[in-house]
Amino acid sequence: MPVRNALDALTMRPTRFLRSAWPWRSLAYLIGGTVLGFATICAVIGLLVAGLILAVLVIGVAGLVATVLSGVAVGRLERWRMRLVDDEVLPDPHRRPPRPGLRAWLAVRLRENATWRELGYTIISATVLCWMDAMVVAGAVYLPLTMFAAPLYLNDEPVVNQLLLSAGGVGLAVVMTYPVTAWAGARAAMARAILAPRADDTDVRLIEVTRSRARLVDAFEVERRRIERDLHDGAQQRLVALNLQLGLARLELPEGSAAAAQVAAAHDLAKDALGELRELIRGVHPKILTDRGLAAAIGDAAGNAPVPVDVRVRLPGRLPPPVEVTAYFVVVEALANVAKHSGATRAAVAAWLTGGWLAVDVRDDGRGGADPRRGSGLVGLADRVAAAGGTVALTSPAGGPTLLHVEIPVTVDDESHG
Amino acid sequence: MADALRVVIAEDGLIVREGIVGMLRRFGHEVVAAVGDADALRAAVAEHRPDIVVTDVRMPPGFSDEGLQAAIELRAADPRLPVLVLSQYVQQTYAAELLDAGPSAGVGYLLKDRIGEVTEFVDALLQVAAGRTVVDPEVVRQLLGRRRDPLLRLTPREREVLGLMAEGRSNAAIARAMVVTEAAVAKHIGSLLMKLDLPPDGDDHRRVRAVLAYLRD
Repeated sequence: MPVRNALDALTMRPTRFLRSAWPWRSLAYLIGGTVLGFATICAVIGLLVAGLILAVLVIGVAGLVATVLSGVAVGRLERWRMRLVDDEVLPDPHRRPPRPGLRAWLAVRLRENATWRELGYTIISATVLCWMDAMVVAGAVYLPLTMFAAPLYLNDEPVVNQLLLSAGGVGLAVVMTYPVTAWAGARAAMARAILAPRADDTDVRLIEVTRSRARLVDAFEVERRRIERDLHDGAQQRLVALNLQLGLARLELPEGSAAAAQVAAAHDLAKDALGELRELIRGVHPKILTDRGLAAAIGDAAGNAPVPVDVRVRLPGRLPPPVEVTAYFVVVEALANVAKHSGATRAAVAAWLTGGWLAVDVRDDGRGGADPRRGSGLVGLADRVAAAGGTVALTSPAGGPTLLHVEIPVTVDDESHG
Repeated sequence: MADALRVVIAEDGLIVREGIVGMLRRFGHEVVAAVGDADALRAAVAEHRPDIVVTDVRMPPGFSDEGLQAAIELRAADPRLPVLVLSQYVQQTYAAELLDAGPSAGVGYLLKDRIGEVTEFVDALLQVAAGRTVVDPEVVRQLLGRRRDPLLRLTPREREVLGLMAEGRSNAAIARAMVVTEAAVAKHIGSLLMKLDLPPDGDDHRRVRAVLAYLRD
């Protein structure tokens, strides 16, 4: 078993353990703990007293805040110090403030659970732990040392006894490596439990990640709208005009002439190009969604699906744009999957509001067995929904039917779109 | 051409606008105004009292559906004013809003691509000016794609007839398109109207409304 921390070290063979650095590292850790503990006591008492006295003058509040935040400093020092007895580095549980500056830093730190846990740790450390550190260090250093140094001050004993005491001191020092390492390991485990990032700290980070993903999706959406607009104003206009000119040219040419056939071919090409461009633009950004909202856009998507689709959309009005775009993407992607893989003869789309959520169902009567791992469509869909903070549920037993159920939170906080 | 139409055109893309103007002139119609936004369209209609308005959906300043909104307003103000709306994309929603806006006179909703089929486009323009309803085949295709059970009871031939009816074609035009006799068309129509539980109605205009309303419902 690899030895990663002081507690693991206790399980080593004694000969190896005694020759390893772990006893020394543990001792150094405890001495550091003693010194840090007493320094903390002095500092906190100083801050607290100053804060209480000056609180009358209002500015003392800063002293009280500093007392609370002293835990942050202690926590940081403890995590750094812990590397002495634990090779596994303890990550910082704190969030990065959104802006530089003391105000932002204070606002974030005072709202974090981690800050208060560190304060609790500081209090325990100053009232209990550092005293125990001191006792263990004293036991491990002072007792063997005094015994070892017996010949220097025990002049009234026989030399044999003096030497025996000295030898006993060496023996005690060897034995004491075990309690020292054990206590150091236990203390570090305790510190780790308190100072490590918790699930709720991690959640905060997850929310941050989700928000940044949502912002990214929004940014893409803005860009897609711009591209749609550019294509509409540019290439599409020109192709419409070209299409018209070719149509007019065909009228002027005598029927059956070589030129007429060529122009007719060119006209067909122009029409095809126009059709393809229209589909492309629809894929980039459906204008109907911005203009008329989700219900109209879903109707449009259903009308364009190769499989007949029943549409049941019950929405009170417009929803926040990111919700509409995500839901629309879900429907388009799901209907594309139905057409490509399911072999269904019909499909149904339903959308409704339930509580603060938009629910979207897409079902088909196909052969089922849809597997997110096989195609990227369902994965992309799930990613997109996750970025909006929603959930995806898929039931697709072999033989069908397939039901995709998506829920997207509608009450989107402003921060994710600021 | 017996009746040269006086037309107001609204289209913000200059080359497309000029193209439409040139085409209509070639067919002997008079373009009394060609404008680039919805406000200018309203002003031009008020000034020229045209026989028909041809407008794009998406126009300044919002580049959303200003042209469509202007068309709906114009028809609300004067239900007898024929309006042909051109759209870069076929959208049932737009078609529905336009068709629901007024009960009478000519309304048309066509994909902008159709102006390339010059003769057919000019024909559609005349139809709308004559008070008929013209709906893009693509809209009809999308509406038929939204399956409801009664539609499944139609034969393929009846579905084809239904599509052509929804586009606003007359019995004669449907017969020409399907290369059958008018009597055969009438038979198909009678049968499909019964299957869909729609009232038999001799009036083409009312009939297309009924069919579209049925398909959209």
